Amino acid sequence: MTSDGSAERLSPALRTEALEQLLTERGLVDPDAMDRLITRYETNVGPLNGAKVVARAWTDPAYRRRLLDDGTAAIAELGFGGPQGECIVVVENTATTHNVVVCTLCSCYPWPVLGLPPSWYKDPAYRARIVREPRTVLSEMGLELPGDVQIIVRDSTSEVRWLVLPERPAGTEGLTEEQLVPLVTRDAMVGVAKVEAP
Amino acid sequence: MDRIADMGGTRGWGLTHPPRIDEPVFEERWQGRAFALGILAIPVAGWNVDAFRHATERLDRTAYLDDGYYGRWLNSAELMLTESAILAPDAIDARARNLRGEHVEEPPTPEPARPGYAPAAEGSLRTVDAAPAFAAGERVRARDMSPPGHTRLPAYARGHTGVVELVQPAEVLPDTNAHFLGENPQYVYSVRFDSRELWGAGAEPFAVTVDLFESYLEKIA
Repeated sequence: MTSDGSAERLSPALRTEALEQLLTERGLVDPDAMDRLITRYETNVGPLNGAKVVARAWTDPAYRRRLLDDGTAAIAELGFGGPQGECIVVVENTATTHNVVVCTLCSCYPWPVLGLPPSWYKDPAYRARIVREPRTVLSEMGLELPGDVQIIVRDSTSEVRWLVLPERPAGTEGLTEEQLVPLVTRDAMVGVAKVEAP
Repeated sequence: MDRIADMGGTRGWGLTHPPRIDEPVFEERWQGRAFALGILAIPVAGWNVDAFRHATERLDRTAYLDDGYYGRWLNSAELMLTESAILAPDAIDARARNLRGEHVEEPPTPEPARPGYAPAAEGSLRTVDAAPAFAAGERVRARDMSPPGHTRLPAYARGHTGVVELVQPAEVLPDTNAHFLGENPQYVYSVRFDSRELWGAGAEPFAVTVDLFESYLEKIA
């Protein structure tokens, strides 16, 4: 963006630094609060939270029922909640039904369980195409689904946030909850991948 | 508002980018700073998240796309802060030029013009006294409307018929809240549309659910 109509665009890094200076020198934004927010999403809140939810649901049938019945409350049982997680609905992927999540209008995403969205989720091609040709898009992203699997795309157009409970892979029957956690990927919890057995 | 942000079903974006393993949350330092500034500047401006999203929707194509997702945060924050007169127009660019060694005069700090908005409660969920107007299993039509301001009714669903799959809790209505015209909380419905209803007989077979506010929907006679 240029203010004087010239062709030059200042870099976003420089403009961000300018904005930070303008707000912090007037005491309007606390730089320590900025650091805390950044640390929160760089290190504390990410897809590991969602993986713990999924592994619990795979190993505890009563928890799985609570999770599918009231996602927000069941997720809070494990201590996860906060911004962009006021109302989390969990949907289950099975051998016959495949859910995949998008936000076509911006990039809404269930921050408390998955952290901030990855670049592919924010990409215009994903936002535009997953509601029009999901089977093609999933194939492009590396997920080939059998022709008889029903695809349901979840467009996050309100404050409802969607989390996919992936199908537990065959061959993991003997694994404990703790052993299952590292198998569960962010991409499987958005619905663009499946969880693979180790 | 029919702008670039309403991307569902639009053409011309090319192939998707396959997921990368171990992608950092913020690939460049400024992205984290822009994210944090955007979040922390909303109360500074006296705005709300719906108004912030509406600012994003009003960015031009360059400001929306060229610096990616966190560029949108930065540019939306700038629009918000200039409209609420926390910052003068051009204040960021002038400071940026000075940061890189130019000597340009910075505009004077204006008198803030916050909207006088106060939320009725934290967050977006509310309780409403009335019962939901629609029930799970009911066929409904998304209104064919194109409001001039903010809305969360995506263009691709307008005028189309679907079935209510889930009745969600009531939420603050973004269409009015974004313009500081009241919260008007309404039930939200996850409405399931068949792909052929949305995209025609040649579409891949699948379904889409869209989370639609009560006033976006009408009964089918």
